[in-house]
Amino acid sequence: MSVFSLRDIRKSFNGNAILKGVSLEAEAGEFIALVGPSGCGKSTLLRIVAGLDHADSGEIRIGDREMSQLTAADRNIAMVFQSYALYPHLTAGQNIAVPLAMRKLTGMQRLPFIGSLLPGQRQVCADIQRQVQTMAVSLKIDHLLDRKPGQMSGGQRQRVALARAMVRNPSVFLMDEPLSNLDANLRVHARGEIVDLHRRAGVPTLYVTHDQSEALSMADRVAVMIGGNLLQLAAPQTIYDDPSHIEVARFIGQPRINLLPGKKDAHGIVQFGALRLASPSDAVSDASVTLGVRPEFVRLRAEGQGALAARVERLEFLGSEVIVFAKLAAIGETMLAKVIPGEVRGLVAGQAIGLDMDPAHVMLFAEDGRRLPATPVSAVLRETARG
Amino acid sequence: MTQTLTLGRFFRLSLLSLGALMFLAPYIFMVSTAGKDQSEIFSASLSLIPQHFAYMANFTKALTRVSMQNLLLNGVIVCGLILVLQVVVAVPCAYALAKLKFGAARFMMALVMLGLLVPIHATALPLYVAFDKLSLLNSYTALVAPFSISVFGIFLFLQFFRAMPDDLIHAARLDGMSEAGIVARVIVPNAWPAVTAFAIFSVVAHWNDLFWPLIVVTNQSYATPPLGLLFFRAAEAGDDYGALMAATLIITLPLVIAFLLAQKRFVEGITMTGLKG
Repeated sequence: MSVFSLRDIRKSFNGNAILKGVSLEAEAGEFIALVGPSGCGKSTLLRIVAGLDHADSGEIRIGDREMSQLTAADRNIAMVFQSYALYPHLTAGQNIAVPLAMRKLTGMQRLPFIGSLLPGQRQVCADIQRQVQTMAVSLKIDHLLDRKPGQMSGGQRQRVALARAMVRNPSVFLMDEPLSNLDANLRVHARGEIVDLHRRAGVPTLYVTHDQSEALSMADRVAVMIGGNLLQLAAPQTIYDDPSHIEVARFIGQPRINLLPGKKDAHGIVQFGALRLASPSDAVSDASVTLGVRPEFVRLRAEGQGALAARVERLEFLGSEVIVFAKLAAIGETMLAKVIPGEVRGLVAGQAIGLDMDPAHVMLFAEDGRRLPATPVSAVLRETARG
Repeated sequence: MTQTLTLGRFFRLSLLSLGALMFLAPYIFMVSTAGKDQSEIFSASLSLIPQHFAYMANFTKALTRVSMQNLLLNGVIVCGLILVLQVVVAVPCAYALAKLKFGAARFMMALVMLGLLVPIHATALPLYVAFDKLSLLNSYTALVAPFSISVFGIFLFLQFFRAMPDDLIHAARLDGMSEAGIVARVIVPNAWPAVTAFAIFSVVAHWNDLFWPLIVVTNQSYATPPLGLLFFRAAEAGDDYGALMAATLIITLPLVIAFLLAQKRFVEGITMTGLKG
């Protein structure tokens, strides 16, 4: 059962299509990360869900209610902004209390002076104070409640913004790159905290980020958006191991995936160097295809061995691993291999080496970017590789 | 913060002092004249310090011959009403133009720009006729109404509001505020520097305005300070420049004091060190 769903959301600005029909469903308590390069429309989508912007067409449902005609305030959606958007003239405590006060107090009760004379106002205010306090304690910001946003650090502001969003038990939680203004150390720490909070609150969350490691590490499912299309929505592991589209493969993964041009013959066989893959589905012969292989599935071999001949361009030492950049002799493309430091001992730039790809992990993409099924053909003809 | 007096600094300071002296000279002369008696003013010798201090006599004359309290009270009422109305009208207008998207926004913006180009003198005659037809001449309404919508105010607030982050307004909407609520609870509390700056421009302009009161007010009981001075000169003082200068001094004093008290805010408002996160 989905508690939150988007169906075919479309939006264009001045004739430029920003969202080209995005559909998405979230289960109860699910954490979905919306990831994509800047300008892919992910923030626009978030704004449309929040009710701050209107879609040209499409449907937004929360539970069984259609939301697209409701105002932002009526949707009961909370959002954490990239800039936190705390009210600069209010203290942290007052900031957290605003959404509660707007919902629990009537217009008359909110008036200064007059409000405090009305019956029941005192009771509600005490209630709000208690909730603010509870929220603050659970986020460990109770010592900051009297400070204004200007007197707080980035991390503290981010917590106050989280508290303000969570205090009123929203039905959906939106986050627009809430960690991008924090320094690297704090960011990793805050990741864990947000996941923790999410688990406790159990509210479906849509988390927008351009940082793939954030998306992969935090989310239950990752939605990859590129160029206004939602290309794949799947668990992080699936997104990484089994991308459904070449753009997803290209965007996800650090260091980037190796993409090599190939041709498929009439029998549905793709040959690249000594590697042969069978891709039976398509009948078209001589179609151009792209082979993709993650750097960790590329093995280094001695010169003259391996399926592909290459020359080392440079090495990038990353501590627990080394990235080897090697230019393929046959086509001049640079291929990346991720290996443990022990394997590159004695390797220098300019040295000729051989490369092997793990055939079970080579992916095949059609010309339009679709993923094609591929099964390795066992016969490996090493000799033809070094032509 | 002690700085050594270098040659460049000395040069700069003397240039500034000279400029200040030039601008202050009439005021200093006014203060001086307010303390001289009739014979000394018209004597051939020109001295800055009065030979016989006649301040008491001149100020007594200034305060007794016309109802100075009445003039100052009128000034406060008129300037206060104008300022309040201007802010109440201009802030929502500027908010709408700066942050809301609507069809006629560009057209409205053009109208505001056009409004900036039209001086009060151009519309004075039709306004006068209209107030006359409505029998509203000689009233606070006639003094205040034409200035209640300040395009300059809209323009100034517009620039300020544009710099306010959109996310702040989005957050307010998600928190459940109406557009009016956003203006009252988010925009205005954060726009104090702009409001202060505008208040100074507005109050100074209307406190010192002679043109419009001269047109719509003939009854002394509605006279604003500069107009009162005119009545004072014409009706009472005659050639008594000492008393006239004393009266002028009294009228300029509130603004000078207000400026000195709010000096820091004034500079803040002008430079508009806006809000940051």
